[in-house]
Amino acid sequence: MNRETLVDPKTQKSNKVVAGVCAAFFAGMIGMAYAAVPLYAMFCKVTGYGGTTQRVDQYSDRVLDQKVTIRFDANTTGGLPWKFQPVARDMSIRIGETAQAHYTAANMFDKPTYGRATFNVTPELAGAYFNKVECFCFTDTTLKPGETLDMPVVFYVDPDIVNVPELKDVKTITLSYTFFPIEGVKPVAAAPQAGPIKTNDNTDGNLGG
Amino acid sequence: MAGAAAHDDHDHRPKGWIRWVYSTNHKDIGTLYLIFAIMAGIVGGFLSVMMRWELAEPGIQVFHGLASMVYGVEGDAAIDAGKSMYNAFTTAHGLVMIFFMVMPALIGGFANWMVPIMIGAPDMAFPRMNNISFWLLPPAFILLILSAFMPSAPGAHGVGGGWTIYPPLSTSGQPGPAMDLAILSLHIAGASSILGAINFITTIFNMRAPGMTLHKMPLFAWSVLITAFLLLLSLPVLAGGITMLLTDRNFGTTFFAPEGGGDPILFQHLFWFFGHPEVYILILPGFGIVSHIVSTFSKKPVFGYLGMAYAMVAIGAVGFIVWAHHMYTTGLSLDTQRYFVFATMVIAVPTGVKIFSWIATMWGGSISMKTPMIWAIGFIFLFTVGGVTGVQLANAGLDRSMHDTYYVVAHFHYVLSLGAVFAIFAAWYYWFPKMTGYMYSPFIANSHFWITFVGVNLVFFPQHFLGLAGMPRRYIDYPDAFAGWNMVSSYGSYISAFGVLVFLYGVFEAFSKKRVAGANPWGEGATTLEWQLPSPPPFHQWEQLPRIK
Repeated sequence: MNRETLVDPKTQKSNKVVAGVCAAFFAGMIGMAYAAVPLYAMFCKVTGYGGTTQRVDQYSDRVLDQKVTIRFDANTTGGLPWKFQPVARDMSIRIGETAQAHYTAANMFDKPTYGRATFNVTPELAGAYFNKVECFCFTDTTLKPGETLDMPVVFYVDPDIVNVPELKDVKTITLSYTFFPIEGVKPVAAAPQAGPIKTNDNTDGNLGG
Repeated sequence: MAGAAAHDDHDHRPKGWIRWVYSTNHKDIGTLYLIFAIMAGIVGGFLSVMMRWELAEPGIQVFHGLASMVYGVEGDAAIDAGKSMYNAFTTAHGLVMIFFMVMPALIGGFANWMVPIMIGAPDMAFPRMNNISFWLLPPAFILLILSAFMPSAPGAHGVGGGWTIYPPLSTSGQPGPAMDLAILSLHIAGASSILGAINFITTIFNMRAPGMTLHKMPLFAWSVLITAFLLLLSLPVLAGGITMLLTDRNFGTTFFAPEGGGDPILFQHLFWFFGHPEVYILILPGFGIVSHIVSTFSKKPVFGYLGMAYAMVAIGAVGFIVWAHHMYTTGLSLDTQRYFVFATMVIAVPTGVKIFSWIATMWGGSISMKTPMIWAIGFIFLFTVGGVTGVQLANAGLDRSMHDTYYVVAHFHYVLSLGAVFAIFAAWYYWFPKMTGYMYSPFIANSHFWITFVGVNLVFFPQHFLGLAGMPRRYIDYPDAFAGWNMVSSYGSYISAFGVLVFLYGVFEAFSKKRVAGANPWGEGATTLEWQLPSPPPFHQWEQLPRIK
């Protein structure tokens, strides 16, 4: 015999209601934990949190006299056999001025390899003000054996950056790319296209910014 | 129907192992939880003493030998294995103490034992669920212990990287099965806590005796109710986060892998959304216990009862919106940091309400310095020390330099190791006569207190100095400059470990001498319902529900 039988049926029923509400709440919180994933990605995209850069379609409407140095960093990870580096280590531009920088990547392997770049800027808070108009990071990239690819980035620094107290003294922004290998999947961008840069229109789903 | 079942309930007490393994009795399950917590505490304490032994002097003295004993490696491999073994010890110490010692002792043990009695209920709302809550814990504990013997990173065994298990160290950094076992262990321990929390919420909402309104309910029951809500809100987020870790590790998802569009920082947000309320889960039941003890031994009702109850509600609620103060160094914007600094400091207000109300309860009271009272006063003092360093660390600017140093270690051990653990021992001596019917030896119990008090302060107070001097956490070795206070800290840990032996001897002594305690050994100050029952209470209490005026 156990104690459950001592509790009158009315209490038992309301016990089950309370427990059921709690269990539903628990399930809801699990759902919230997973909902945090897309919400967080959206949050990063909107606020530039963690150095997530902004992707824009138009150029800046004003250019300030103040200059800022942009440094370029490149690295690969996960055993991707690429020689990946910026053409120029740094450049000095005026805030709001649209500039183009070049990276090159060479496949040192005897088979085609596929890569995808992630990127951020340092200081991280500058991410919200670092606008990229055109960028190889919006696509997946394929390199044939021995192929070298020129990869331009077109960007400008949003003039609003001078209004941010933490960033008003920033003289240097570092843009860093890391190429990760993509295994197995042949990216859409691998289809033959004109020009050295392979673009994939449908990239909203990957990587944001 | 109720009456028909009641008659063979009276004397039907299952015998032998069936009584414990099949138990649906909240007092028996509470006892099981307490025994489990003592055993887990010994394991967790052993891990910490080994770490302090290693850290007593600069250089590597202990762990390379330990690694070659346990994992059978030699030479340089033994030194490397020893280093990762030290990290595995740190991680296991944290996880064991949090999930398998403090939570089972306070929530599973004392709350299971006392909450139904205090609110005038015959048992928990779901006695069988109570049983499964307990019996999920030993397998979870075994999985965690097993993980220490499994490979993690190449040449390493056991989960390193701390109880926070941040990726990428917990994903691509440690590909071996150790991390998977630890994650499963946390899943099971979490399931156990969730079932327990649902059980407490239902019991406290539905099973109070006639006349026992929420505003007349003892503060310990309040504290457990709030704790149960915190568990219900925060544990699912941990469960989600570690499930994502598990799928990132084994099924190719990229929640926390940047190459797939994920972000490792997201895990830190999920983890601390759980982790910060978790520290209140560990301390709130202690708040409830200390309120009872201070009131009992001051022979006064607790000062500001409603303020005390709602201060706990406030601490629980605000505890959910301060999580990123663990993450000041992850690149939060200044405004975000300002918000989290402010919100964190707000918690000092309801906490101060509690500290001052305990002092006001003692003020003008007829205080008797029995053992539980000594532990409770020790709790108030040490918790306040930890609270002050907590307010310091809440400052983002100061935290820049303190982050991941021994200053943080000292802070959270003052509130948890000294705070929560002193509350556990206070509760132990307060309710031991009630639970067993026997009186402990006051001399042994007081010796236990003083040895522990001196020991733990020697362990953790010097760590403030080490942290201020810049000694980082989670390393097996340190520069010679830190040697002096590390030696003091290690001696403190040996003294504390001796204190544990005194505690165990005291328990043995009380059971062998069988001094009868009587229904209420504490006199007129002990007003809650458990003191109206004989000691130990009958197998089934409140056949006649008590009426509360």
